[in-house]
Amino acid sequence: MTHGHPTPPGSLEVLAQGIKPLIQPIDLEGFRAHNRSKPKSLVDKLMTEQEAIGRFLHENDYLGIELYGTCRCPMSLTREVVRQRVGRLRLAGQGVHEADVLLAAGLVEELDFTYIGLEVFGVSPAARRAIEGGGVKNVVEWSNGALSWRFKAAAMGVPFLPSRSMLGTDTLAWSSAKVVRCPFTDQPIALLPALVLDVGLIHVHRADRYGNCQIDGISGFAAEMARASKRLIVSAEEIVDTDTVIRAQPDRTIIPYYLVDAVVHAPYGSHPGEMPGLYERDAEEYKRFLDLVRTEEGMRTFLDETIHSVPDHAGYLARFGHERLAALDVRRPA
Amino acid sequence: MSQPEYNPAELLICLAARLMEDGATAFIGTGIPMLAASLAQRMQAPRLVPVFEFGGTGAILEKLPLAVGDMRTFHKGLVASGICDIMETAQRGFVEYGFLGGAQIDRYGNLNSTVIGPHETPKVRLPGSGGANDVGSSCWRTIAIMRHGKQRFVETCDFVTTPGYLTGPGARERAGLPAGSGPYRVVSNLGVMGYDEDTKEMTLLSVNPGVTVEQVLDETGFPMRVAPRVDANPPPTAEELRILREQIDPDRLYI
Repeated sequence: MTHGHPTPPGSLEVLAQGIKPLIQPIDLEGFRAHNRSKPKSLVDKLMTEQEAIGRFLHENDYLGIELYGTCRCPMSLTREVVRQRVGRLRLAGQGVHEADVLLAAGLVEELDFTYIGLEVFGVSPAARRAIEGGGVKNVVEWSNGALSWRFKAAAMGVPFLPSRSMLGTDTLAWSSAKVVRCPFTDQPIALLPALVLDVGLIHVHRADRYGNCQIDGISGFAAEMARASKRLIVSAEEIVDTDTVIRAQPDRTIIPYYLVDAVVHAPYGSHPGEMPGLYERDAEEYKRFLDLVRTEEGMRTFLDETIHSVPDHAGYLARFGHERLAALDVRRPA
Repeated sequence: MSQPEYNPAELLICLAARLMEDGATAFIGTGIPMLAASLAQRMQAPRLVPVFEFGGTGAILEKLPLAVGDMRTFHKGLVASGICDIMETAQRGFVEYGFLGGAQIDRYGNLNSTVIGPHETPKVRLPGSGGANDVGSSCWRTIAIMRHGKQRFVETCDFVTTPGYLTGPGARERAGLPAGSGPYRVVSNLGVMGYDEDTKEMTLLSVNPGVTVEQVLDETGFPMRVAPRVDANPPPTAEELRILREQIDPDRLYI
């Protein structure tokens, strides 16, 4: 870590800083102007995965995906990114399975990294190949808390948030954070730069066609990431009526419509991952992925069979069939 | 009754579970801490409050979570919030224990779970911090669960992902980390370690069944301190093993 020179009175003293430049520069005025231009009236945004990714995600965009592990992952959207081969992406790597699929497909060039393991199943071979082999050109380290607070800073519309994570470690040294002496307490504090995403992908339990979303159970970093995204694509297990569902319980709207650019109806949208309260992880299909992804040939087979040879999400689900999917339902009688 | 057979994972889980205090908050990560928390809830700590980083607080761990964001992390839980709430709650001082793991640990309890070799040209890329750095920064007392060995208990970590006592006494506070927080125990397949109050160096407190003090020192890549009295950890009991095998991990994902 580098130590700052004495600074003139009245300015913040930078005590240490990470050596990595920001992958996504902070442009709050651009973010405000973009947000001003978004429609504030109710506009029908229902469309397919194909249209949503085609219209709103571009090569070299900075992409963020929620949630974590294999849980509430927007997998139908992720598969469409792979299908359309939208490459040279910069990615906030706080997910697991979806980030792994994008890394396996070679679509990621730079990574704000927190964790890419496969939880119970150890380190991801696809991520390891991509990073150790140099396919990913730049890896910037963060903690999960730090990355979430970076979204929160963007959601607040401010350039950074102070935090007591990351201090004193190599995680900070290989990040883009700075440590300053707090002008109020005189103690060192880490400053985490705001992270405004070009595109965010979030899978929710239900949404109306305008983009008002409800999530059951833990909400991960959905609220913060949605508000940190310039363009937001949500997929939903169920499309619901605005008057009878959304307006009946407005307190449950965790993502408001004006943040959202596209609403995609994606039942089993997290498959092979799980969806709290609806369905379990498809252990058999996930194991097939884990087995195949161990080698490069296997990975290509997986991408071809699961994504490229299937036209859309309906086609993907048809590979498994109703009975197999219904068996994952957690609401079924015991 | 004769002592039942057990494997190293079962021993680690039982040792970690016994450290969990009834009524306390504990930040639980993937793997052994989940099994340990579940075991503790069925043994001495029925009111243990598991805290999971993506928003689950106070779950009853009847079913083993497979990930820190899955639906079992808030099964019959008290709160289902999100990661900012959880990390801010820890930062405000509400979370007593934090469970951690890693590929390397040094004498001050600093942990590496990021990379072996240089960062830009890694020999082995590891999963990364995840929530570990936050847990090691904000929880009052952290407990590391490690397999013992010279490659793991090292003089210097290749990369400090998660802060222990950094370079020694006072270093955490000088870095701006919360006063009075830091590493508390290390549970390994050979024994249980604590930290010297004055020097903050790792200190052997107790050895596992059949393990000698010399063996622990031989398997440690730095000069480990030894407590004046080294206790012997009781092996897993038949009851602990029964609960683990029949109720917690019947599919044997971990054990």
